[in-house]
Amino acid sequence: MPDADLPTLPRLLYDGSEWSFDTMRRTYEAIERIALEDLGLDVYPNQIEVISSEQMLDAYSSIGMPLMYKHWSFGKHFVRDEQMYRKGYTGLAYEIVINSNPCISYNMEENTMAMQTLVMAHAAFGHNHFFKNNYLFRQWTDAEGILDYLEFARDYIAWCEERHGLAAVEATLDAAHALMDQGVFRYRRPPKLNEEKLKRKQRAREDYEERTFSDIWRTLPRRDDDTELDADEEALAKRKLQLKLPQENLLYFLEKHSPVLETWQREVLRIVRNVAQYFLPQKQTKVMNEGCATFVHYYITNKLFDQGLIGEGPMLEILSSHANVITQPSYDDKRFSGFNPYALGYAMMQDIRRICEAPTEEDTAWFPDIAGCDDWRAVLRDAWANYRDESFIQQYLSPKLMREFRLFAVADDEEDPHYTVTGIHDERGYKRVRRQLAQSYDIALTEPDIEVMDVDLRGNRHLRLRHSTRNGVPLDPKARDKVLDQVRRLWGYEVSIASMARDADNPASFTSTAEDETDY
Amino acid sequence: MSLIVPYFVDRRQNPKDKSLGNRQRFMKRARAHIKQVVDKSIRDRSVTDIGGGETVTIPTGGIDEPRMRHDPRGGAHERVYPGNREYQAGDQIEKPPAGGGEGGGKKGSDAGDGEDEFQFVLTREEFLDLFFEDLELPDMVKTTLKEVTNVKPRRSGFAVTGTPTNLDLLRTMKNSFGRRLALRRPKLAEVEAKQAEIEALAEDDPKRADLLAELEVLERRRKVVGFIDPVDLRFRNFENQPQPNSKAVMFCLMDVSGSMGMREKDLAKRFFVLLHLFLSRRYDKTEVVFVRHTHEAKEVDEETFFYSRETGGTVVSTALDEMRRIVAERYPTREWNIYAAQASDGENHSGDDARCMTLLNDVIMPVCQYYAYVEILDERETEIFGNPEYGAALWRAYRSVAENWSNFAMKRIARPADIYPVFRELFAKSDARR
Repeated sequence: MPDADLPTLPRLLYDGSEWSFDTMRRTYEAIERIALEDLGLDVYPNQIEVISSEQMLDAYSSIGMPLMYKHWSFGKHFVRDEQMYRKGYTGLAYEIVINSNPCISYNMEENTMAMQTLVMAHAAFGHNHFFKNNYLFRQWTDAEGILDYLEFARDYIAWCEERHGLAAVEATLDAAHALMDQGVFRYRRPPKLNEEKLKRKQRAREDYEERTFSDIWRTLPRRDDDTELDADEEALAKRKLQLKLPQENLLYFLEKHSPVLETWQREVLRIVRNVAQYFLPQKQTKVMNEGCATFVHYYITNKLFDQGLIGEGPMLEILSSHANVITQPSYDDKRFSGFNPYALGYAMMQDIRRICEAPTEEDTAWFPDIAGCDDWRAVLRDAWANYRDESFIQQYLSPKLMREFRLFAVADDEEDPHYTVTGIHDERGYKRVRRQLAQSYDIALTEPDIEVMDVDLRGNRHLRLRHSTRNGVPLDPKARDKVLDQVRRLWGYEVSIASMARDADNPASFTSTAEDETDY
Repeated sequence: MSLIVPYFVDRRQNPKDKSLGNRQRFMKRARAHIKQVVDKSIRDRSVTDIGGGETVTIPTGGIDEPRMRHDPRGGAHERVYPGNREYQAGDQIEKPPAGGGEGGGKKGSDAGDGEDEFQFVLTREEFLDLFFEDLELPDMVKTTLKEVTNVKPRRSGFAVTGTPTNLDLLRTMKNSFGRRLALRRPKLAEVEAKQAEIEALAEDDPKRADLLAELEVLERRRKVVGFIDPVDLRFRNFENQPQPNSKAVMFCLMDVSGSMGMREKDLAKRFFVLLHLFLSRRYDKTEVVFVRHTHEAKEVDEETFFYSRETGGTVVSTALDEMRRIVAERYPTREWNIYAAQASDGENHSGDDARCMTLLNDVIMPVCQYYAYVEILDERETEIFGNPEYGAALWRAYRSVAENWSNFAMKRIARPADIYPVFRELFAKSDARR
């Protein structure tokens, strides 16, 4: 261990449970030394903000962001969270951390100094390192620009409310929120955000519109065109090319091509889809992100204890809290609500360290690349940087861990009156269980795959969406109908969705399913 | 030496309620639903529960946030769970019956939360605010919260005049001391020293006359500059400060003779509870006095009031007498806002009605903020007595009282559902009640 050459520090960073800014600063420095020099983490500068529990509730309700535009749905979440908290059903998170540069983390004032230690190690170094290094965050989010952008968004929405009325803005936001999951680019990188440029663009758009407004167009007779549908293949292909169809980002498509939206409404859609895009990497890395932060806080706090910097009392408190965080109830437990990302992520990362340091024969067979390699820190850093949940599990979930979690896979077919256990934690089942678990973290599979398929802008403007089904899983009909109502509000004309089964052999070709087309 | 300078910020002093705007937007959005639930819960459920906050479950109708999602029950899924104990690959597990609607125990977790209903707690305040939304206390005769009846002396600084009992000795002496210093009032010791000097001299000493003159000056000066002068005096000052009357007492009068069955009592109770809630919202302190009567009246506790049965005739005036006695004994009108609610099935000993009228007109109404009379009818009777013009002797007697006093209200109710409208009507905002 590279501890020997550390300069002599005053023993025990703190004593007792009260915290002060002074002890926090000292502790931060001790944590930082371990994080940077021992673990080799690479982090954004930290900004640690101490807030009260009320402020924590406030932050909760606006999806954890320090600035957010106003919308009733955030109020709804606030009401619910507040109730849960007041009644003691849930505690509040000890921290919230924001993927920004500088990396802002909120610590609650109620925390004891031991908890502040844990939280700083967890958020200010664990999450922070992950945000800065994971490829998804690097590629898809803009830590530099996000706060400026949110400020722009908040002010812009407020300005819209003032100018166009609360009701109109609310209706547009409602519709846009309904499409948030379909408002992201999954396969190509969105452009960087830059507040000044945005404002300039925004102004330019409005200017252009005002300059080119000509009332005469409104007086032209409408074309009566239901009769002459361009069924012509060639025209269709041309159209699709022009509109860049099929388009997975519904909000983007509506923003660019909706015939009825006003400029400000298009800007609102933009804001919503930019926010959605910003959260996309977080959705895909829950297990890794929490696992990384939990692993880091566990390692660092233990190191602090080993170095005699924190006493046994605080260490016990930290361990107790750590144990709570990584509890994974069994499937038949009342508390079970899916996999606990902290538990799974942390266990896998500890396991990687074990495989590096003390591999068994099995490990050597399964992980020839890393088994027995000395530098587990580098292996973990590499995993943190280059994987998302789905690929991380597929790559690193070891048989030993599957046995420890006693994992089993269950098939549930609508047609079949039984559930069937398809694999358990044994030699025959490892691969299948691992693959299935990994797939359950693949948002391409877990979220409905919906695309804009066709629209004839010069014809009847019927917007056709396509839902590509897998394994015959349909959309929830109630939710689908409600969302389509909202799409129609944004599109202004007929909207329909067709569920098509993706052909297993030829993924590009589709066959219609029984529930063919729903018109609106 | 830190490699990256951390930046600690104390945000605790920042304003809370950052999400107040969001909460207001939500409440506004859900208002129609919440109001509906509140109204319904008052009409249908036992009103005695209303006291606390309310868990309100509202349909997600207007407040859901639809998102496209997969139907967790349709098609083929394969999921992984932790904690296997007995299963082997290939085992078949019976699906729970589809009727449960939960999507089957452990699978329920995928279905998301609160799809159809959203539950949250309205605080007691929020609940009651909605409940009383468009109600207001009736026109007050003399005492309202704003109107002021009694005053209480309160200290307010010092004055130069006052009664000797209020003399502030310390301040007065301070002033006196300062003045004596400033005007150089000779001390007693100086005078005595001068006298001693004179006595020490021989009778014919030529200095003696001078010294005597000096002594005279000293003594005169002491007389002119008094030890305490009226300008020194300071008195503790009191001002009469108006005290809003924040205490209310509510009299519940009820006929408990044989003709009042459980149904009638239940209706009466609901009415009392509503009135009590309303009062406790307006006043810091609300007391309730239960007076039941048959042919004689008695003050009892709540339990006895509602649940014990009595036999005997019905003499309504006894209850009014009892109320008068209690008011005189315990609730001086200077301190208490007096409310009364009376429930009866409308029967009375013949000849007693006139006495009731006199008691109300002469004694009770002058001291009452508000008097509400509800007559509980049999459901069959509602048709006959739909018109307030008609009624038994007691009803007619009370009608004449109602004509004299605007703060006297009377209504007939037959079903629990009638109570709320009646209640609203009694306290309706409009002064066009009559």
